[in-house]
This record gives sequence, C-alpha cells and structure tokens, in this order.
Amino acid sequence: MSDSSQAEPLVPELTRDVVLKVARLARLHLAESEVESFTSQLTQILDYVGVLDEADTEGVEPVAGAMGLNSVLREDLPTTSLSRDDALSGAPHHDGSYFLVPPILDPRAE
Amino acid sequence: MATALESSATLLDQLTDGQTTSLRLTQDCLDRIAAHDTAIGAFLHVDSEPALAAAAAIDRRREAGEPLGLLAGLPVAVKDVLATRGQPTTCASRMLQGWVPPYDAHVVERLRRADAVLIGKTNMDEFAMGSTTENSAFGPTRTPWRLDCAAGGSSGGSAAAVAAGMAPLAVGSDTGGSIRQPASFCGVVGLKPTYGRVSRYGLVAFASSLDQVGPFSGDVRGAALLLEVLADHDPRDATCADEPVPAYRDQLERPLDALRVGICRDHFTEGLDKDVDEAVEAAIDVYRRLGAEIHDIQLPHARFAVACYYLVAPSEASSNLARYDGVHYGARSDDYDGLVDMYCRSRGEAFGAEVKRRIMLGTYALSAGYYDAFYLKAQKVRRLIQQDYQQAFTSVDVIASPVAPTPAIPLGSLVSDPLQMYLADTYTISANLAGLPGLSLPAGFSDDGRPIGLQLLAPPFQESRLLQAAAMHERETQWHLRRPPLAEDSS
Amino acid sequence: MTAPCSPATTIIGLEVHVQLLTETKIFCGCLNRFNPEEPNVQTCPVCLGLPGALPVMNRRALELAIRAGLALSGTIAGTTKWDRKQYYYPDLPKAYQISQFDLPFCDGGWMDVDDADDGDETQASRIRLIRVHLEEDAGKNLHDETQRGRDSRIDLNRAGTPLLEIVSEPDLRSAAQSRRYLEEMRLLMVYLGVSDCNMQEGSLRCDANINLELVNDDGVAIRTPIVEIKNLNSFRGVEAALEYEIGRQRQEFAECGGVYADSEKQTRGWDADRGVTFAQRGKEDAADYRYFPDPDLVPVQIAAEWIEELRTGLCELPAARRQRLVDDLKLSRYDASVIIDQGRDLADYFEAVAQRCGDPKRAANWVTQDVLRELNDRGQAIGDFAIDADGLAAILARIASGDLTTRSAREVFTALLDDDPEGEQVTVEARIDEIISDRGLATIADSGALEPLIDAVIERNPQAAADFRGGKQAAIGKLIGEVMREAKGADPQSVRAALIERLSS
Ligand SMILES: [Mg+2]
Ligand SMILES: [Zn+2]
Repeated sequence: MSDSSQAEPLVPELTRDVVLKVARLARLHLAESEVESFTSQLTQILDYVGVLDEADTEGVEPVAGAMGLNSVLREDLPTTSLSRDDALSGAPHHDGSYFLVPPILDPRAE
Repeated sequence: MATALESSATLLDQLTDGQTTSLRLTQDCLDRIAAHDTAIGAFLHVDSEPALAAAAAIDRRREAGEPLGLLAGLPVAVKDVLATRGQPTTCASRMLQGWVPPYDAHVVERLRRADAVLIGKTNMDEFAMGSTTENSAFGPTRTPWRLDCAAGGSSGGSAAAVAAGMAPLAVGSDTGGSIRQPASFCGVVGLKPTYGRVSRYGLVAFASSLDQVGPFSGDVRGAALLLEVLADHDPRDATCADEPVPAYRDQLERPLDALRVGICRDHFTEGLDKDVDEAVEAAIDVYRRLGAEIHDIQLPHARFAVACYYLVAPSEASSNLARYDGVHYGARSDDYDGLVDMYCRSRGEAFGAEVKRRIMLGTYALSAGYYDAFYLKAQKVRRLIQQDYQQAFTSVDVIASPVAPTPAIPLGSLVSDPLQMYLADTYTISANLAGLPGLSLPAGFSDDGRPIGLQLLAPPFQESRLLQAAAMHERETQWHLRRPPLAEDSS
Repeated sequence: MTAPCSPATTIIGLEVHVQLLTETKIFCGCLNRFNPEEPNVQTCPVCLGLPGALPVMNRRALELAIRAGLALSGTIAGTTKWDRKQYYYPDLPKAYQISQFDLPFCDGGWMDVDDADDGDETQASRIRLIRVHLEEDAGKNLHDETQRGRDSRIDLNRAGTPLLEIVSEPDLRSAAQSRRYLEEMRLLMVYLGVSDCNMQEGSLRCDANINLELVNDDGVAIRTPIVEIKNLNSFRGVEAALEYEIGRQRQEFAECGGVYADSEKQTRGWDADRGVTFAQRGKEDAADYRYFPDPDLVPVQIAAEWIEELRTGLCELPAARRQRLVDDLKLSRYDASVIIDQGRDLADYFEAVAQRCGDPKRAANWVTQDVLRELNDRGQAIGDFAIDADGLAAILARIASGDLTTRSAREVFTALLDDDPEGEQVTVEARIDEIISDRGLATIADSGALEPLIDAVIERNPQAAADFRGGKQAAIGKLIGEVMREAKGADPQSVRAALIERLSS
C-alpha cells in the first residue's frame, strides 16, 4: 500500500491452501469445483482491488459506520421479550425449551 | 377501471372518489401476478388472502369515514429482504427458506400504519448480492420489457412488479445500486435515500454501513409518497438519523431555480453503451433547456470506488452472514459429523455461489494480517470518495450520470464472470460509499426497446431536491408513461 | 506435584468478567436477569441475532462501566467504539460478540492487593491493569453429562447481558495473590453497585494467563509457554487451578529441560472435580477473530462533564475505607480488613456502632467476633440482623459505663437476638433494661450487697474455706464460681477481693 513503507507485497498469493483455510474460518464446506473456481475468481478480484495501492491515504481517517453520527444510546428500560415459542420458532432443532445442537464435547475447543 | 399501471396519485384520487376500492385494486394486482409472474418471476411469496382481507378492512374504514394513512389502501410489494411478521422472509436463499420472522421490520410497521396493503414479497439476488436477480435461489426475475433480459438487481422483483403493474409501489434495498439499477432495467423510478434516512431495523443485513431501504414507483410522485412513509427516526437503529422528514410531495411541482447539474465525464467508462450515453446526454439537454447550468466536475477517487466497495461490502457481509449456521434459525444440513461439520455443511449447502464468493472474499480481507491492507485501506479510500462528493457539491446541486453501463442485460451473460459483474456497478456504488441519496428515473430506451435510466445524486438528506430535479425531467419527457408490452396486452 | 526446579518466578495475569447490574441487556430491552429455570424467555430479535435486528447501546451499562473504570484509576477514553469479535459457537447467535478492540472505554488503571492476610505490617502490591472494556455475554450451553453423545442444549436468556472485562498486566506472582486480587475486585465491584458478583450465578468469572520463569541445568532462565485457563468461576477454583498449573508447568519443564516443541500459547480448561487443568484448543485452530468496527453501532463520545459527574458520585472505595479505619479509628489492619472485606453494609454497620458507642476498638471486637459469628451461624446478611447498630451500640455503651460486665453484655446480646420480632415494639434501651432486670445482670458494684452471699457460700463450703485458709490458694476458685453463679452482675475481681477479705478476717 502506498502509505506503507514496506516493500514486499503485503498480500500473499491466493493459493488453494489459503482458500481452504479461509473456507474453514468462514465455516463453508466447498465442493472441489468451488475450491477451484474460487481460487481463480478471488485471485482475479484481489488483483483488481490492488488498484487501491494507487490511492494516497496518508493521514486519512478511515470511515467507520454511519457518517457523522455518534453517541446513540438508549435508556435502560425493558421492552417485551418474545415468547419462548416465538424465540424457538425458526430453529431447525429444538425441544420446546432449548435450541439443540450436536454434542459439544470439548467446551470452547471450537 | 383503475389498475396498478396508473400512478399512485391517480389511484389515491380514485380510491378517495369511490371510483375504485382497495379490494378491486388489490384483486387487479393479484390477477396480474397470476397472469404474468410465471414469466417474470417478480414474487417469491404472494400474500393473497391476507392482502384481500386488509384491503377490504381499509375499504370499510374508508366507508365509515375513518381517517386513513398516507397509502390508504394502495397495494405495496416488499422485497424479501425485509422481515415481515407471519409472512415468509427468505432473502431468496435456501438458507432462510420457510423462515417466518416473529417481528416486522420498522418500514413494514410503517407501511401497515400507513394503511398499505402488503401484497407479497419480491424476488431478489440471494441476500441482495448481485445485479441481475439471477442469484436468487428460486429463479431469476426478468424485466417485463424483454423476457430474455434480467430485471436487474438485487431488487429485481420489486422493480419488475412495479413495471408490470403488479403493484403500484414497491420497497427495495440498495447496498451498491440495488434499487437504482433494477429501476433503470425496468423503466421505473427508484430512490436510494441518504444512509440513515430510513431505519434498517428488520432489513436483513448485507453490508450494514451501505444498506438503505427505498421506494420504487412508476413516477416521481409515487416515490416521494412512499419515501414519506418509509423515512423517519427509529431509535432501534443506532445509524438512523434524527432528521425531520419533509413533505416530499409538496415541493414536487416547483422547478428548482438556477439548478446546477454536475457531470463527471471522466467517470463515464469505456464500456458505456452508446444508447445509454445518448440517453444521458439527452437528459442533460433537457435540463439545459429548462435553464439549468451544466458543470463538469471532478471525482478524482471515483476510479477506486469498485475496488473499495468490493472490500467493504464483502467484509461486512462475511460477518453479517456468519449467523446463518443452522442453530437458531435457517437451514441445517441433514448429513454432518459433529458441530463444526454441521456448520460447514449447512452453510456450504444452503448458500449460493455468489454469497459464498463474497463470504470468502470478506473473510479473507478481515483475517489476521490483511485487515490493514484491505478493510482499513478501503475505509480510508472511502473517506476520500466522500470528500470528492463534498467538494463537488460545493459547486453543483445534483450530479447526473448513467445508472448502469448498459440497458438490461441478457440472462446468463455475466453470471460466470463475477469481476465483470462487479465492474458494472461503477456508477451506483459511490452513493453508497458516500452515504448519498441517489435516484434512477426513466430517461429513454435503447434501439431495441430496453429502458434506460438516468441517475441523479444529491448531498445527504437532500432527497427533496433530488425528487424536484427528477420531476422537472419527468414532466418534460414523459418517458415514465410508457408501459412494457406485456402488461398492456393483459389489461 | 513436586517442584523439581527452583528458583522460579510465577507470572500471572487475570482477565476478569463482571456482569453489570443493569435492568436490561446491553443492546436490547430484554431483562438482564439470572433465570435458568425458564430457558429462552428473555430474548428478542436483537439478542437472538435474528436477521435484520440491530443493537442499540444501553446508556446505563456504559455508566456503570465508567464508574468501575474510575474506581480502578483507569483513564476514561474520550471516544470509544464497538467491534465485532467473530467466532462460531452455539451460544453466540450472531457468530460474533460485540466487544471492544482497539478503543476500549478505559485504559490502564490498577488495584492494590494486600500481600498477606494478617498482621499490621501488611504490604500491598500494585497490580496494574492493561484495560477495561465492555462487551456482551454469550448464552449458556448445557452439555450432556451422561457422555452418551446427546445433543447440547442452548439457553439464550443470558445472551447479550452486559459484561465488563478487566484485563490485568501479568503482575500477579502467586495463586494466593491472584485469589486475593479477585476477592478485592469482587469487593470493589459490589461496593460500587456495579455488579452483584454472584459467583454461583456466573456474574464474576475469570480467565487466567500463567507461565513461569525457571532456571535450567545450565543456569539459563527460561519462560514456560503461556497457558490460558478458561472460565474459572470460584475463588477456590482460581487458586487451585493456578496452583495445579504451576506444578504442571514445573513438571513439564523438568521433563523437557526447558526445550519446548511448541511455544505457542495454549488454552486449558479447569476440571474442578478432578482438580486438574486439561488441554483445549489445538494451535492449528488458533483463533482468528477478524475484529472490525461494528457498522451497526456508532462511536460514543464520553463527555468530560459526564466523567466528572460519575467520579464525584463514587462512594468511598474499600481500600481507602480500610486505610481510614486503621488511621482514624486505630483498628488493626487485620480487623479493618475483616470488616471491609465483608462488604459495604457491614462496614456501615460497624462505623455506626463505633460512632455511637464511642469505642471503635470495642465495636470492632464485637462486630468481627460476635456479630460475624452469629451472621455465619444464621446464614444472615447484616441487613437482616436482629440487633441493629443502635442496639449493639447501646449494649457496648453499658460496658463502657460499667453497667454491664462483658460477660453479661454477651447474655444481653444473645437475649436480644432471640427476641421475638413480632413482639411488642419497645425501644432497644428499654428492652436491654428489661433483660438486665429479668436476669439480674446488673453489675453488683456495692460489695455490701455481696456479703450475705459470700457468707452463705463459705458456710456451704467449709472444706474449701479451710483449704484456702490453710494456704491452698487454688481453693478459692470454687468459692468465686459459686458466688458468681448466684450474683449474676458481679464482677469477678470484686468477688475475689471480698472473699479473700472475708476468709482472712
Ligand atoms: Mg472478552
Ligand atoms: Zn433481547
């Protein structure tokens, strides 16, 4: 990037391994054909976004969120919660009281 | 007999006069949907019975002399990206197939309170990611003008519904052009309000810092009317501005004195279609004839807009769409081995290719080590793009440009080339990056009869100016009165 | 476990999570209430992370957080913002936690922790803080304990409740000190009214980072890889887990001679039943949280006036109050700590008693011994204690005036405690008078009143009287005891003197 003094490219080549690693991070199971097409398409797109290197952003504040708004706070007042049935209504698997997921064997391991 | 092909103002008059009823109007819309939507694919869900019941109830209240809301019985179609209590909300994704939200989006509440008749949920690119509505998991939407061409996207269904007279008004959302571009492809008016003008509460997020809800209508007045209903301050959306909402319709007839129209010709790309170029020039001539000053302006960072957008939007999307993991709502794979595999398979199976592509891109851009190079860099460039517009608006009142490089494109022509698809957003995405209001209005047709839109941009919260400027053009050209052959045949 | 090598430095840093006492959750209006009996009834589109729902920051949560930050001597930021910390877990419905990354609302700060539990020579160690930030809590997972592979259950009542995360520098040097730090933190948060810190309900939890600096056979100092022990939720747990981990790291060091195959930070859990830590996440899945600013929330400017207002509104903090009891009321450091560590209500009670009876030392003895014993026995909080500060002060005042002996005062104290609270309402002074007269506890200062009693006792115990007269000093004990039993308000010294006088005459 132009506002960085580092000479070596900051972004490594998007290899198949990187694609698989990112897919894992994003919890996406990809078919073999997707791994291939994403590797080439993402490479192409990342190549293209490299044009940003040409923008001089020295000393420029990044935009974060809504323009000009700040300090939007709400008062600590209760609102009506959903019924349990409504809360669970969209769940693919529940027992009427809880959402159910495959056993978590190793707490926080994943 | 009144049909949804009439303008919303005419329909409201007829409803008030008793020349028609909401029930008849709603039934007419449902008939048109039944007749044409198999071919067009504008709706994912038609809420026939509840819509007719709501229409009848509004008619009764009208007869009883009760006060009615601004929309007083007009059918409105809602993009399937907005949560509707009791009606399915799928975002055109298998991930949310069958999901019925237990709550209404803020704008849906506003529509109900304004006595709109919610007629159904419209088709879109999956999770609003796309420019043709071909990324819908449930089939594409075609522009009613040419059934071999896309309606545009991602709000293709809403645009097509209005163009085909299936609803006089529709609501869409715009993250990088998703209202304006389909409005252009379908020959209707579409308005993306200033970021923060309309509450995003209940708008299923694609890219939170870019998404805005806005109106579709056959004419400028209808867009002004619907915006009056949609816009307000909602404390449930921290990014929603506490700005007064003007009565947009009141100023509409008044031409803007000494209007200054800016053009950034540097930004007109090589790929610009000849017919589009001519239509835009013709529109500028219209303004010139009306006494406007035309100024050439500079937007030095406009060339970075697509790159900037395709980092910011996928980054936010990768985060916003992480919640679809098959636990609390949405699809869960039938076949998995343990929790992590359940996540991966549920997401891998239920998301379409474009959604996965953007999740991958965004996840990569935010992952350890690349945040500064990608997301942060893009947010800095975004600041520069904003500043370009601030600068430009010191010397002009509105900025005119094409909406898209081409009229409606043939189905299938870009699906296999995502980068080319992204590049086609070049005229619309800056408004989202800079948070500006933008409007697309009918400005002519290609030689082969596909509609062409003109885009106008204005400074933040100047929707009124945008609508006034658009109305000037509309009165002069009357492009908006043309109807797609399909719809005319049937009525 | 044995310690095969020394000397060693233990390096511990704690990340303490404190649930804030707001009425509602941090980003929505659902109640912030512990309610495991009714799962999934305190949720809404926002805290369920339903598509389309948006968070809005709770002002009160930020206010309580700033109060805590100020009490910890941190620097409150002028601008703070919210970031998304992204990871998948079923109790985290959005698959990201709204937290604070690079602009926490509070930077730095410290807390002083006494080095030892007793003695007046106690030194304090200053434990520096890196930062304090706000974040939302996750829901709760209920795992199948039968190991039969049944589904885990998820309750989202807790999802989105406000949490304060207090991150210390690695300044702690022992498991015991870490426990004291945590205890002092709990005391402070409860004092401030920022949290109830109910550990059974999980309102105070902590993660501990620990490693050791050990010297290998070549005399080279080597640091063991850092281990993060997750989710410690009791004081005993923190101390025991760290003790265990110190032993484990020493053992490992001894075995590998300080040459580690993998020097990456490791995450371990604490199995309280087995008393061991166990490895959790492998390094191949090292967390990549992909933090970025939450675009649904806007930055918050914290006005200097607001900070000042909150600073002015802070109560006297436990450490300062402890010091004041030592400096002004001349209590021992030990007594002051016992009183302060019990919490604000007991300290208030003590100070009221001390002031009203005019003898802080005596008040401290009674509060730390008699009152605390009774509270423990009865499982009561001071607010529910039958003898209020006026009552205890009245009793103590009568000791000071000589109207009651200490022993009789204890009897009055016990009698007052056993009073039927439904009984007729009389002033505590009147009740004390009544007990004294009912039980004949008035001090018998007039030795004349003792004479007939002494005569009767000597008459009944001729052998003991003879023994004493014969030079057997110890024999007088029996006589004193008998006189005391009959003359309840008598002072043992006067009885002894009167007996000696009578027997010698
Ligand atoms: Mg944390
Ligand atoms: Zn909630």
